[in-house]
Amino acid sequence: MFRKLHDPEAEAVTVYIDGVPALAEANESAAAVLMRQGSPWARRTPVSNARRAPYCMMGVCFDCVATVDGVASVQTCLAPVHDGMRIDRQIGRRSVTP
Amino acid sequence: MSRTADLVIVGAGPAGMAAAVTARRHQLDVLVVDEQAAPGGQIWRDVEAVSCKPQAAFLGNAYHEGLAAVGRFRASGATYEPNTKVWQVEAGPRAFLTRDGAASSVKARSMLLATGAQERPVPFPGWTLPGVMTVGAAQIMLKTSGQVPVEPVWIAANGPLALLYAAQLLKMGGRIAGFLDTTPAIDVSATIPKLAAAAFAAPGDLLKGLGWIVNLRRHVPYIRHVARIEAFGTDRLERFRYETASGVAATVDAHLLLVHEGVVPSIHPTLSLGCVHNWLGGQDCFAPALDAWGETSEAGIFVAGDGGGIGGAAVASLRGEIAGLRIAARAGRISAVEAQAAAQPIRSRLKRALTARSFLDAFYRPRASIFVPADETIACRCEEVSVASIRAQAAIGRPGPNQIKASTRAGMGPCQGRQCSYTIASVLADAEGRQVPDIGLYRVRPPLKPLTLDELASLDDVGCPT
Repeated sequence: MFRKLHDPEAEAVTVYIDGVPALAEANESAAAVLMRQGSPWARRTPVSNARRAPYCMMGVCFDCVATVDGVASVQTCLAPVHDGMRIDRQIGRRSVTP
Repeated sequence: MSRTADLVIVGAGPAGMAAAVTARRHQLDVLVVDEQAAPGGQIWRDVEAVSCKPQAAFLGNAYHEGLAAVGRFRASGATYEPNTKVWQVEAGPRAFLTRDGAASSVKARSMLLATGAQERPVPFPGWTLPGVMTVGAAQIMLKTSGQVPVEPVWIAANGPLALLYAAQLLKMGGRIAGFLDTTPAIDVSATIPKLAAAAFAAPGDLLKGLGWIVNLRRHVPYIRHVARIEAFGTDRLERFRYETASGVAATVDAHLLLVHEGVVPSIHPTLSLGCVHNWLGGQDCFAPALDAWGETSEAGIFVAGDGGGIGGAAVASLRGEIAGLRIAARAGRISAVEAQAAAQPIRSRLKRALTARSFLDAFYRPRASIFVPADETIACRCEEVSVASIRAQAAIGRPGPNQIKASTRAGMGPCQGRQCSYTIASVLADAEGRQVPDIGLYRVRPPLKPLTLDELASLDDVGCPT
């Protein structure tokens, strides 16, 4: 849905979205990386199982929550990426053991 | 861990940074906590890192001015803690925070809430589909990631931010499929005195805005007075329909639709404190009642910047400085007379900076359907509660927002009403024949941001919050 205008070059890192490697730039938000994927969404809602994608990108809407490095319900718009970060789309309600 | 400070500031945008610099000038011990990873707030988001990146060339002078402000803040000697969530504030003042998975509390002589603004929620049928986002969200990605929409993008919006984003996007080689201007037709003659005042006070800003509009209308299909939008798709946006006030309608295929209807103050912290709030009729929002220094009805708790009413970055910086002076006086570092004298020239600049705002407020009023959307619209995104279910509840007695919350779960999801509280208030007002200021918003309770039990347990040395 979005594309990056420049090559991250020296800042390039690899993150894993549902296990699939994706190119990212160090310290950009995980949500921004999600919006560049062919299937740009972050979670399915607990109520109707509908897909949701980041909406506000500034920590307000909570539609970008996903499981990040094993922690559920992380706001991906506030999560700077690092090499090897695991971003797993969150399906329904969070569970105590991810 | 429990700490103390002369001043704790929540947020490192223009207001928070200016207040920190002022307070440090008078030797206060200042702690600034910020949800973002770097100072600058939303307007100057991540400006230190971004200024070295390719997208920096396209972001304009107003963005780069932030670099100097951040530089002054960094040099001020204030302690800066990024990536920090404030999940409770209380009288005292005291703030509870989490950072890197650990919670702590700070007791301060004064607290300044510089939490800024959020975009006004734009509910319409289909607004929850992936592919519908705010213009502000797209601009944040443009600034921090240097990324633009892949396909020509549709923008349906009202107000200067969308015009700025469109101008930046075109400069960066992005493409716009069409600009749906949702500004309602207004009685232009009523805004002329305000326009004249704005042209006198800030001619440069006005010309800049006019330039954006002229350029946009030259390069992009531009449709005025769009009054209704409906988005369709399964799992993602596939197409949407728009209709103008005069009944011209079209349905277009699209994967991305950016929407914007202005911004409103972020007031969760002051609501949770029980501070007195006023209805700002000109801006269609609530804001905490503040004295001439930015102090709320709760002693020692201040608000500066857009969190106290929308004014923009220049106004926010000035209000931050004014609050910083009063806070220095409270700490006994300067006398009340000295604070008054130092504030006087800042107040003159503030008055001037506010002149253009009343024109923007009058000209860019959101359309009525933003407040009371069609019945099938989801009002509460988190709990997926429709406008129709709110209306059904409103028909039983005369519930307020808190009864609606209990009976429908609207406002009980993780965003804690940040996206639905105004919609609920407006739908109830409409259904019950009352006014939004009389209905009010949800009761806000801590935690203001979700925190894990692990994080809560790490707060071992202060015991239960009292």
